Amino acid sequence: MSLPMQRPRRKNPLLRTRAPTLPPWGRSRVALGLTAAAAVGRFELQQCADCGAVQYPPREACHVCLSARLQWKPQSGAGMLLSETTLHHSNDLFFRERLPWRLGLVRLDSGPTLMVHLPDCTPAAPAAVRVDARLDRAGQAVLLGLPLKEIEHMNDDRVLREMHCDPKFRKVLVTDGKTALGQALVKSLAAAGADLIWVGHAEPWKKLPGFADLSALPQVTLVPLDLSSAKSVAELAGEVAGKVDIVINNAEVHRTHGIATRRGVDAARAEMDINYFGLLRLAQEFGPALKGRGADGAASAVAWVNLLSIYALSNYPPHGTYSASKAAALSLAQCLRAEMRGAGIRVVNVFPGPIDDDWNQLLPPPKLAPAALAQAIVKALRDGVEDLYPGDVAQEWLARWRDNPKVLERELAAGEG
Amino acid sequence: MAKSTRQGYAGVAVAVPVTVPYVRYSTHGAHWFVGQVIAEMLRQSGIAKEQIDGLCVSSFSLAPDTAVGLTQHLGLCPRWLDHLPLGGASGVVAVRRAARAIQAGDAEVVACVAGDTNHVDSFRASLGSFSLFARDATYPYGSGGPNAMFAFITAHYMRTYGARREDFGRICVAQRENALATPYAMFRKALTQEDYMAARVIAEPIHLFDCVMPCAGAEGVLVMSEARARDLGLPYARLLAATERHNAYREDPIMLRGGWAMDRDELYGQAGVKPDAIDLVQFYDDYPVIVMMQYEDLGFCAKGEGPAFVQSHDLTRAGSLPTNTSGGQLSAGQAGAAGGYIGLTETVRQLSGQAAGRAVADAQLGLVSGFGMVTYDRCLCTGALILARAN
Repeated sequence: MSLPMQRPRRKNPLLRTRAPTLPPWGRSRVALGLTAAAAVGRFELQQCADCGAVQYPPREACHVCLSARLQWKPQSGAGMLLSETTLHHSNDLFFRERLPWRLGLVRLDSGPTLMVHLPDCTPAAPAAVRVDARLDRAGQAVLLGLPLKEIEHMNDDRVLREMHCDPKFRKVLVTDGKTALGQALVKSLAAAGADLIWVGHAEPWKKLPGFADLSALPQVTLVPLDLSSAKSVAELAGEVAGKVDIVINNAEVHRTHGIATRRGVDAARAEMDINYFGLLRLAQEFGPALKGRGADGAASAVAWVNLLSIYALSNYPPHGTYSASKAAALSLAQCLRAEMRGAGIRVVNVFPGPIDDDWNQLLPPPKLAPAALAQAIVKALRDGVEDLYPGDVAQEWLARWRDNPKVLERELAAGEG
Repeated sequence: MAKSTRQGYAGVAVAVPVTVPYVRYSTHGAHWFVGQVIAEMLRQSGIAKEQIDGLCVSSFSLAPDTAVGLTQHLGLCPRWLDHLPLGGASGVVAVRRAARAIQAGDAEVVACVAGDTNHVDSFRASLGSFSLFARDATYPYGSGGPNAMFAFITAHYMRTYGARREDFGRICVAQRENALATPYAMFRKALTQEDYMAARVIAEPIHLFDCVMPCAGAEGVLVMSEARARDLGLPYARLLAATERHNAYREDPIMLRGGWAMDRDELYGQAGVKPDAIDLVQFYDDYPVIVMMQYEDLGFCAKGEGPAFVQSHDLTRAGSLPTNTSGGQLSAGQAGAAGGYIGLTETVRQLSGQAAGRAVADAQLGLVSGFGMVTYDRCLCTGALILARAN
């Protein structure tokens, strides 16, 4: 086992907060396939469809048979750490600030030789290891040589902590504590070791079940926050934005209308006002503050989580206006991801299928239990993924969408959700 | 089908070794350095510019130009032109191909030149775009240049064959001794084994004196027929043998041998000599582990005996196998692609009476190797020449 991380010391207010730097982010187009897989937590390499040879580094033709049919396929990562080094010098600003830094050369059982980052907990070369792909602070995939078995406190490792967004010792804002999901998120974050959790609540006169219990948690501070009000967002940002390490925007309005089932735009406008403009207001107030603290010590600002919906990928007509608002939010989240990239802040988009709540009452199971979704979100932060499709429904929709988005659209139009 | 027999290199002369003195940084461009080499070649040989009808250029910092742009820049009109982006194998490969052009009559006088400039930030700036594989699979891991990859290779070699840092120190210290008499060497301060061992660590097990210093500079030679060289009254070395090999032993998961081993029988066969006849060697020396591998791969000792070999041999000019007699890149500096020529110009000087003040006594045969382009996890290009004193 490795030693657990100690709580970071309080920041010395006299010292300048370091500006965020990024590891080198340039990649060829073909190499972005590694990033696309790592973004959802998978380790994939190109494999030749004709001769089966596994390829690395990514390339345009099979190095054995010259076939152009190279497909990204999941890999076990089993391999042998052949050699290692510890850098005590780097020309790169990101690594220069993080020396010494351990690197290894791994030969995968499937053939190729890989350069990998090595956490301290990985045994010394030569040793059997497991290679996995993670996103680094630049949001690009890098390879890691890991111990064969998970080790206690492994996520506390200094190298891994540069990859993931673990809430341990971090300060989190959850924008809506009144929903079952919001409350489950707060509990999961507290269990994961979050330092402080600010929990937003709009419309204070509404006494909803479970909400009052949250304040019993020592980490929790309840704060008024209404995403439909620029003033409310700005006021909270003025108080806490400079301290927030992770924003989890779970506030949403969900109505169950298409176009013809309701006259007027009031419900659709309310959805857009929270689901889209609410994200925009929040991002304008909190985004710059997070970006300024992307390298603020061991518990720096690190992530921004958006609760989207699998309906953001393709419109689900019975919840048509909600789908549209989530599609708008997805598009804005991509913009946010691009803008946060330079500071190393990961934007995590969550695409759940129907959550088991009041607004999905009429949908048949399986539906996502709020507690399960909350745990999946915290796990996504701990694993460092940036796109999360939790639950069976989301996974199935994703598979259909990836296979052929037009076919999925037709199926949904025909009521074959 | 039987493998065809390669023709020999009889009648080819390598002459007029030129070195534009190395500087740590320069505000000149690569074109300046290449131009100075050719100007100096003309000055030393008395050849008119119009008589250079072949040109081969290697440079990392010539962009956006290539060799053809240089013809206009320098007012040359060659009928044979090559651009070799082979880094540390440039010199060996340039001479091998130029020799064929001479033998075939495609050209009569070929200028083989490598030169690079070095601005204050150009080394760092060049790293991320060195190769597609480097950009995708090594540069993101933070070591910048090749230090990490050669640290892997060195550590793996040490574990496999029991080499110790002290053994690599013998190579670096001997080369520094050699460099003390080389006017253009960047490092001309004596280095002791104690200094070597006490150096700061760069990427374990590589320490400061295992690394070359990037600098600006240029090197070149003229390749022509022996008859032409004699007519011009130029001292020269004869080319006896030449090989090049790329992406050798790609099945090895980590580099433990270089492509020299694949071609060495043919190399010595062409020259009609055995390794023990070689009087001096100029091994490509980006890191001392590569020098050690070349004693093995070029037949001076068996695989794995490199450490014992360097322990039992004096590698200085006065020693039992003079190695990198100008100090090599480890002491003279690495002037980009010119690093692939430093052993070539030095060998020609040694074998043609032009190594004033640092001549190896009675040297008749010299071996020059090249090693270039760490596009991912090893250098892809290897090559070697055997040159002889013209009597």
